[in-house]
Amino acid sequence: MWIYEKKLQYPVRVSKCDPRLAKYLIEQYGGADGELAAALRYLNQRYSIPDRVIGLLTDIGTEEFAHLEMIATMVYKLTKDATPEQLKAAGLGEHFADHDHALAYHNAAGVPWTATYIQAKGDPIADLYEDIAAEEKARATYQWLIDLTDDVDIQDALKFLREREIVHSLRFREAVEILKEHQGQKRLF
Amino acid sequence: MNRQWRAFESFHSPLDPCPPRPKAYIVPPNQYYVMQPKGLRQYAPREALRRGTLWPDLYSPYERPFREGVSHGADGS
Repeated sequence: MWIYEKKLQYPVRVSKCDPRLAKYLIEQYGGADGELAAALRYLNQRYSIPDRVIGLLTDIGTEEFAHLEMIATMVYKLTKDATPEQLKAAGLGEHFADHDHALAYHNAAGVPWTATYIQAKGDPIADLYEDIAAEEKARATYQWLIDLTDDVDIQDALKFLREREIVHSLRFREAVEILKEHQGQKRLF
Repeated sequence: MNRQWRAFESFHSPLDPCPPRPKAYIVPPNQYYVMQPKGLRQYAPREALRRGTLWPDLYSPYERPFREGVSHGADGS
């Protein structure tokens, strides 16, 4: 069960009327390394992972949903007032043809989100290494998105999200260390 | 014709990056029938072929009741 707090994890300010940026930001909404994939990956893997790291997956998976609604807010603010002509000019004509002004879970190229983006191998080490890789790939995606805009307010929120990926990656690597056990101990088998 | 359109307001922040756009959606007349009654008024056959329906009560033109950039009602709709 979750408790919803009706505010964003970090404030989202959009200062430049630039619908084209929404086309790129949607990568983090419905892309392979996006926030939806991250949230669903962790919240699913947590059932079969050892008890000591379930809480970590729950916490990070929950935070990914908070990131998802930050991305959604950016995309919505950038597109909600655009006319069909403006969307067409921004390369979003294809999106408008299918979705009007609605958001959709697809990547920047329009490929719909698929469950094949996320894995659950059941092996705790394998699953955590996937999670670490996912965080680093999401961090890289945020870097390319920051590079694609000159709106300093959007950049500010994207930099916050990028930093969270860095922290999450370290937490997952710590989880691997916890599961390795026996380190720094002298044990005879 | 414009009775089929529903204009709606959506929150527009003073901090939003783009100027607001009038918003509306259409409710086609089929939504108000569970089962079509008998004896509805009919178009002349040639008119019906052109409109895609025999019955004026089911006719739904898709003409936006406002132009982009003109707020709802400002152009007489």
